[in-house]
Amino acid sequence: MQMHDLPDARGHFGPYGGVFVAETLMAALDELRREYEAARSDPDFQAEFHHELRHYVGRPSPIYHARRWSEKLGGAQIYLKREDLNHTGAHKINNTIGQALLARRMGKKRVIAETGAGQHGVASATVAARYGMECVVYMGAEDIKRQSPNVYRMKLLGATVVGVESGSKTLKDALNEAMRDWVTNVESTFYILGTAAGPHPYPMLVRDFQCVIGEECKAQMNEMLGRQPDAVIACVGGGSNAIGIFHPYIPVEGVRLIGVEAGGEGVASGRHAAPLSAGTPGVLHGFRSYLMQDANGQIIETHSVSAGLDYPGVGPEHSWLKDSGRAEYVAINDDEALRAFHDLCRFEGIIPALESSHALAHAAKIAPTLDKDRILLVNLSGRGDKDINTVARLSGIEL
Amino acid sequence: MSRIAATFAALKAAHRKALIPFITAGDPDPGQTVPLMHALVAGGADIIELGVPFSDPMADGPTIQRASERALKHGVGLRDVLAMTAEFRKTNSATPVVLMGYANPIEAMGWEAFCAAARDAGVDGVLTVDYPPEEAADFAVRCAAAGLDNIYLLAPTTPPARVAAITRQACGFVYYVSLKGVTGAANLDLAEVAERVGMIRAEAGLPVGVGFGIRDAETARQVAAVADAVVIGSRIVQEIEQSTDAARLDNVRLFLAGVRAALDA
Repeated sequence: MQMHDLPDARGHFGPYGGVFVAETLMAALDELRREYEAARSDPDFQAEFHHELRHYVGRPSPIYHARRWSEKLGGAQIYLKREDLNHTGAHKINNTIGQALLARRMGKKRVIAETGAGQHGVASATVAARYGMECVVYMGAEDIKRQSPNVYRMKLLGATVVGVESGSKTLKDALNEAMRDWVTNVESTFYILGTAAGPHPYPMLVRDFQCVIGEECKAQMNEMLGRQPDAVIACVGGGSNAIGIFHPYIPVEGVRLIGVEAGGEGVASGRHAAPLSAGTPGVLHGFRSYLMQDANGQIIETHSVSAGLDYPGVGPEHSWLKDSGRAEYVAINDDEALRAFHDLCRFEGIIPALESSHALAHAAKIAPTLDKDRILLVNLSGRGDKDINTVARLSGIEL
Repeated sequence: MSRIAATFAALKAAHRKALIPFITAGDPDPGQTVPLMHALVAGGADIIELGVPFSDPMADGPTIQRASERALKHGVGLRDVLAMTAEFRKTNSATPVVLMGYANPIEAMGWEAFCAAARDAGVDGVLTVDYPPEEAADFAVRCAAAGLDNIYLLAPTTPPARVAAITRQACGFVYYVSLKGVTGAANLDLAEVAERVGMIRAEAGLPVGVGFGIRDAETARQVAAVADAVVIGSRIVQEIEQSTDAARLDNVRLFLAGVRAALDA
């Protein structure tokens, strides 16, 4: 089996992935797997998905040469895949459209989602409105406080936002609560999972829906430059934007794949969200992967300036790509990400999401070490409008 | 014969049903767990389900989530739970103890180390909510080698062919989750439970326990009429949560004794 043919029939990427859920959900996941397999090879489903991506999301998203920034850095040329230009402002919508079409195909009228920063919640509320479905979004009580504009966006779109008070009151607890809802309403409800994680088939189907990013890149790079990049760089929280741009490149020789985790206050400080850089394998949220955990196997709290990367696990395919050596994973600290955020604003007139700023920061770190004819392709996974309050606060400014 | 099998055999001979209370180890603090286990036995427990605290208890409702959080505040981990079981075994060698929890604490300890330590501590069975049989085959082999019964869940959503496949691999007893939902939920449908449990018992060749959402003696009696064992968790945890330190052991024992009386009536 080729590395890019994974997962196997039961959702395993080597030792990672799988289906680690309570028995009550097994039948629902089995049904989802069967339905997705049928949809995957159904030309009508694929045609509708791509029609929606073109006419509703605005795809293909362009690739943009960040010329001034590259010149300032004085090394490799940096190209940006502009997922920030998608409807709703990030790559998340690629996945929620795919899953909403799947929900409709399965006759489910109610969708639920978890959200951290609120981007996936907004993307879920958006497609629920688009297809006329009831939508409930679970969000940690702490995150609701930090991300009030997105909470209001979801409400404008007709979704119900439920605050989660258990555990650390953040993304992982929202995911727990969404699973609890699903187990209770399993017959009527479709769970739109936001990243390439969770029990099989989610890591596979989220990846497949996000692969439009990397497929477009391959064609666009060939068209623009007649060649593929030397490295593809993407930020990794759960890892959906990264796997979406990496996966089509797995069989392409000579292209380095670099995932950038949230280093928070520094990996050595312990206050970070970098399970691939500093975690160990374990089982959480229905799958086996690298996790941030203590010696007792309890999940530990994560820290990052970027709420979208603030997750203690990572999609199982990334764990596999790390162990196999096909991708490399690094961590970028809060301050480095913020510097890249400001640089992109000033040199290119683009306000990037704080998540994507981690990938930008790593590109900025390695570009000066490379010749000027080298090409780095960065997935600019989202726009930063949602982050201006956070950035202002860190600069001591009250908006 | 395992301690669990012996317990069910003795109950069957006496035409009685098993009462299986659940508590979370370390709730409300580590020092109270072993005394609470003895109080459960005094109240009529046949088997004790001892919850292993976990930071992300996806299958549990708010009551047991809070119990986990209280135990975690005291840093209670799987090794501590095994030490509590060993302490309990010093004065009770008859009542089976089943650990109930999530995969990751076991993953962190390692399967070999966990199975050996659990056996040495006097644990009889392991119920891991997020180890379905597809992912647990190798773990089950190690459990069996250590003399531990690996106990599987069945749910209202489990299709008949899968019920058959799981019961073939099961040992000790099978645990039927009586509702679609989390522990402590309030949507129990007795008629559906009776129908499904009847089907499972015909298939299983093993005792069938029923749990999730059983909150009072009367419901327990009705469930016991169709099952071999009744599991009560959230309702006991609630008793632990709401009792003063002075009254806790008595309250838990008396609550369970009330259920016991209803089962034996």
